[in-house]
Amino acid sequence: MSAIEINGLEKSYKTGFFRNKLKQGLKPLTLSVEDGEVFGCLGPNGAGKTTTLRLLLGLVFPSGGSAKILGRDIGDIEVKRFIGFLPEQPYFYDHLTALELLDYYARLSGVDPRERRHKVDKALARVGMTDSANTQLRKFSKGMLQRVGIAQAIVHDPKLVLLDEPMSGLDPIGRREVRDLVQELNEEGKTVFFSTHILSDAETLCDRVAVLNKGELKGVGVVADLLHDVTGDVEVVCSGPQALLSLSALGARCHVTGDVVRAVLPERSLDAALDALRKNQARLTSVTPVRATLEDYFLARIGEAAPNEVNA
Amino acid sequence: MIGRLSAIAYNTYREAVRDRVLYNLILFALLIVGASVLFGQISLDINRIVLINLGLTAISMFGIVIAIFIGIGLVSKEIEKRTLYTVLAARPVRRWEFIAGKFLGLVMTLTVNALLMSVGFFAAVLYVSHRLGLGDLQLLTAIYFILLEFILITALALLFSTFSTPIFSSIFAFAIFAVGTFAEDLRGFARMADGLTRWVMTGAAYLVPNFAALNVISQVAHDVKIEPRLILLNTLYVFVYTGAVLTASVWIFERRNLK
Repeated sequence: MSAIEINGLEKSYKTGFFRNKLKQGLKPLTLSVEDGEVFGCLGPNGAGKTTTLRLLLGLVFPSGGSAKILGRDIGDIEVKRFIGFLPEQPYFYDHLTALELLDYYARLSGVDPRERRHKVDKALARVGMTDSANTQLRKFSKGMLQRVGIAQAIVHDPKLVLLDEPMSGLDPIGRREVRDLVQELNEEGKTVFFSTHILSDAETLCDRVAVLNKGELKGVGVVADLLHDVTGDVEVVCSGPQALLSLSALGARCHVTGDVVRAVLPERSLDAALDALRKNQARLTSVTPVRATLEDYFLARIGEAAPNEVNA
Repeated sequence: MIGRLSAIAYNTYREAVRDRVLYNLILFALLIVGASVLFGQISLDINRIVLINLGLTAISMFGIVIAIFIGIGLVSKEIEKRTLYTVLAARPVRRWEFIAGKFLGLVMTLTVNALLMSVGFFAAVLYVSHRLGLGDLQLLTAIYFILLEFILITALALLFSTFSTPIFSSIFAFAIFAVGTFAEDLRGFARMADGLTRWVMTGAAYLVPNFAALNVISQVAHDVKIEPRLILLNTLYVFVYTGAVLTASVWIFERRNLK
């Protein structure tokens, strides 16, 4: 069963003084997130990531299409017992202590009163906030609020955890802790869906990613497969008087340090490059495939018009 | 459902208390003590009347101001601060439960506030009159009507909060309270008109919440008996009117995109 199934979900907003203009926040989106996977939703600001999450959670109503979470329609309120959600830049009731806040959310989620205190303590311990449990949230730093935000998202032991920009505003240690937590949640069998524009985090954590731009799906698939689509370059390191000339003639991007030439060229030109180097008696040091990053894929996709389905 | 409603209501109450809303009690205490001491010096017959008028009006006004200033932010502040995202997005909380919980929480705050003020008020009446008799039970009727006023104005402030900004909501709420205070006069004017104007004016006069009917401060101060029928009718009126206003609030809020 898919944890999330989205079929043509879209959202338009009326804008302008007379509300007579339509702005499409999300173009028809079809996507599925499998049970137990870590799924990343990538895109620059205004790409439609947050709109997608808000549509799934019933905060805004779709203009068209439908979606199911854990096999139930998104309008079914009971499914929310099994969902945890961390909003972007979360704000909480700052008159409460961390302990009171989590207790409040656990009550709203219908956690058994006998288990409530144990679950609250466990969630606070998990994000390293036990020592601050009785401090009012108005005295918390941004990083501490983010931790409490994560704690409230998992306090009721949900099956699906939705995180909107969970690493936003965190220092490197905080980001590392969130990454570890996401991995732990995944190891427990939970499905994690998170939006981010920090590509290295997505690359490290995600089984699959979707790339959105301007409200449109640009690509979706397994990270390695997506990267394979973008790559195809090799780096050739060599030296010799004619090396630079031989490789530049093939259109390679060259950097010269002393008499060492580092050239990056398409894989299909490798044979021709090696022939040229042999012919000019250059000394070959290494040939290495250039590994594309998710950033390369991302930058390549956000300029394209049509969605690209890869091994989805 | 009850668990969620009570959790939201209690959180609303706790927020008001921790935001030092009950500090108004200090001001009220100073006012009532000052008035008792001052009126103790003047004529025996008048001092009691003035103290009852002043005390009950203060209980009413303090509560109305609190109801409006907190009520107008009950929903809009939660949207603006985005605190309701974590409540409505990933908890099995229906939007009507959120509205009802917030409403009950503020009514609970106002009731506690009014009851504490009432204790001080009765102490002041006892100090000035030197005794409390059965006739003073009428004062409880006036306090009950004040609580009904709070229920009504809280519902109205909450309604405005579902679709408007706090500034406009406060203007609307104070305006409707002011107009409602003259509801009986409006009905009188409507009766003097003719034809279509009469119909329109009567409709408008009956649409405005009748706060005038809930104000019996002057009667109880002068020991005029409050008929049980008025208590029943006022109770019914407030519950029906509040029900309609809350239904409208839920209707608006259920359709609102929480961007």
